[in-house]
Amino acid sequence: MTQSGRGWDEALQNHLLNFIIKMNMLSIKNLHASVEGKQILKGINLDVRAGEVHAIMGPNGSGKSTLASVLAGREEYEVTEGSVDFLGKDILELSPEDRAREGLFLAFQYPVEIPGVSTTNFIKTALNEKRKYHGQEPLDAASFMKLMKEKINLVEINKSLLTRSINEGFSGGEKKKNEIFQMAMLEPVLTILDETDSGLDIDALRIVASGVNKLRNENRAIIVITHYQRLLDYLQPDFVHVLLNGKIVKNGTKELALELEEKGYDFIKDELSMAEAM
Amino acid sequence: MDVLEQTVTSEYKYGFVTDIETDTVAKGLSEDTIRLISSKKNEPEWMLNWRLKAYTHWLKMEDPEWANVHYPKIDFQDIIFYAAPKKKKSVNGLDEVDPELLKTFDKLGISLNEQKRLSGVAVDVVMDSVSVATSFKKQLSEVGIIFCSISEAIQNHPDLVKKYMGSVVPMTDNYFAALNSAVFTDGSFCYIPKGVRCPMELSTYFRINTENSGQFERTLIIAEEGSYVSYLEGCTAPKRDENQLHAAVVELVAHRKAEIKYSTVQNWFPGDKDGQGGIYNFVTKRGICLEEYAKISWSQVETGSAITWKYPSVILKGDNSIGEFYSVALTNHFQQADTGTKMIHLGKNTRSRIVSKGISAGKSQNSYRGLVRAGKNALNARNYSQCDSLLLGDKCGAHTFPYIESKNKTAIIEHEATTSKIGEDQLFYCRQRGIDTEAAVALIVTGFAKEVMNQLPMEFAVEAQKLLAISLEGSVG
Repeated sequence: MTQSGRGWDEALQNHLLNFIIKMNMLSIKNLHASVEGKQILKGINLDVRAGEVHAIMGPNGSGKSTLASVLAGREEYEVTEGSVDFLGKDILELSPEDRAREGLFLAFQYPVEIPGVSTTNFIKTALNEKRKYHGQEPLDAASFMKLMKEKINLVEINKSLLTRSINEGFSGGEKKKNEIFQMAMLEPVLTILDETDSGLDIDALRIVASGVNKLRNENRAIIVITHYQRLLDYLQPDFVHVLLNGKIVKNGTKELALELEEKGYDFIKDELSMAEAM
Repeated sequence: MDVLEQTVTSEYKYGFVTDIETDTVAKGLSEDTIRLISSKKNEPEWMLNWRLKAYTHWLKMEDPEWANVHYPKIDFQDIIFYAAPKKKKSVNGLDEVDPELLKTFDKLGISLNEQKRLSGVAVDVVMDSVSVATSFKKQLSEVGIIFCSISEAIQNHPDLVKKYMGSVVPMTDNYFAALNSAVFTDGSFCYIPKGVRCPMELSTYFRINTENSGQFERTLIIAEEGSYVSYLEGCTAPKRDENQLHAAVVELVAHRKAEIKYSTVQNWFPGDKDGQGGIYNFVTKRGICLEEYAKISWSQVETGSAITWKYPSVILKGDNSIGEFYSVALTNHFQQADTGTKMIHLGKNTRSRIVSKGISAGKSQNSYRGLVRAGKNALNARNYSQCDSLLLGDKCGAHTFPYIESKNKTAIIEHEATTSKIGEDQLFYCRQRGIDTEAAVALIVTGFAKEVMNQLPMEFAVEAQKLLAISLEGSVG
């Protein structure tokens, strides 16, 4: 089932592995959520297994970013119905920080500035909080620096950004690279890329995408939220889901994304209204 | 559902009381009280007369009401003006200090014994009204530095005391300075001779222990031509339901090309979460750059006290002299702080820099009050002030009162101010990375205060950073 262009052997292995485990890493069932009393998600169903890359596409206002926020635990969003199971745990019961420590990572659409807190210090604090949660000792300075060096090369981030206040005065591309750098450092199990491609020029997009690709492996899953095909050209998702008006209305493979790019979302709307009429 | 709104108790960890025999005088203030204090300290006649003169003047003064702080009138007849841990004889070495006292200071993390040598800090400790021990006196005296209690200085170095005491903060300066001049009981004295760079940090640790007592200490630091000294002070007090008064005076004198760096970590008991108890901290701190190229730098981290009223200032008299003020003032629960500085430019080409970071949480009120004055002879005087306020929650207040007076056209005075709130977005960003709310607030606040923290001596900076985090404990849910 996983054909990500990395050869049949690996794909077959993944396939078998998934078959044996027979477990979804993430299982979203009938998820309804509202913000300020307004219903945004109206029954989302989605299963994600280890190793898979899922793209969620949809027009503005369809609920894509709401889904990301609800999964990460933003408190303004109220879950009114449904369940979300992550690695066998009901994550809706967990605080945002515990979800993160369990291995859920959200690459923000708009990364937040924190004046006076260096990127290095921020990541070190995050990493050690996660280690503490898992009963591990904090990383000493030398091991941390070693890890940083390793990951810097992976995502081609400018070293000077690491000593500056996090995201403060960073360009759009630098902010997104920094998100991927944090992903590399924190090694999450499940990553949600929330419109990571927005505001990126083509070079930055390529660097960000190649960073993500290097971090892909059979134990990790990625959910890519995007408007456009262009990021998916690089990431080659296993599945594409179309979100419309708070519901997943169409599932497919990467070809679906190409079709959407060509025809726009209207063709799905047309399909849906035809189905209703019949 | 504002997570910052949920306020719970925070613990003040220095709130214990030492059970030690104390020599106290009866409550109340009169000429007799002053005579008694003076005689207990075996002071010379001139000192007593100085005190009495200050007292006479104080009687004619009224307490200031211009500050943005509110408290009931202080009943000076209900305060003990002298309380001293009893000692059998005069203390010459640490071996003779009451073990109970040593234990107290160990508990506070201030080691008076010789291992302190490793970190290179000489300490003078003042418990209630008297200095109980000063370390490293001998090593310092070898390079000609005098570091002792002010009481000892009055006995042993009367000429220096006579010359400088009251020269920067006159006894008539203000209500609390006049009171202090009349009843001050102890404090530190420090003299750095010409050309000497003090080989270690000097520090004084102030502790109020006795109930109903006030602490009125007086510190005097003199840096002769071309000398340098870095001085630190720390303060704590037990938890009590009543408010206690602390009215100190600090005077700094920097001669030609001398530099004094004065750092404070003030952590007097701030009162409990309902605003009960806490120290009234009414302090006059002022330095003078007497001659050219002198430099005075104040750094302060203020987290304690129910009320803080304090404006460490610099008079820039010498040409080309420099004044600096770096401050972090954090208020939580019902604390009130009105703090800032005065930079008085008198000489030519004098420069000053003010960086003030106010952090308000709970129901506290935090005000910055600063005066920058350029006199008519202060040609090319230059000042830069930056005042930033950070609010946690929406029940606290941050206020800025800058006063600028320029009497000559060549002076350049700049003032920048910002007010920000810790945003839900910032908190969520941290939490999504696995950093819980409390740790996130500490991280954000430390980042906010970084510029000032960087000014503190290394050892102090670590302590101050911890203190900020502790003081905010429980300010968020």
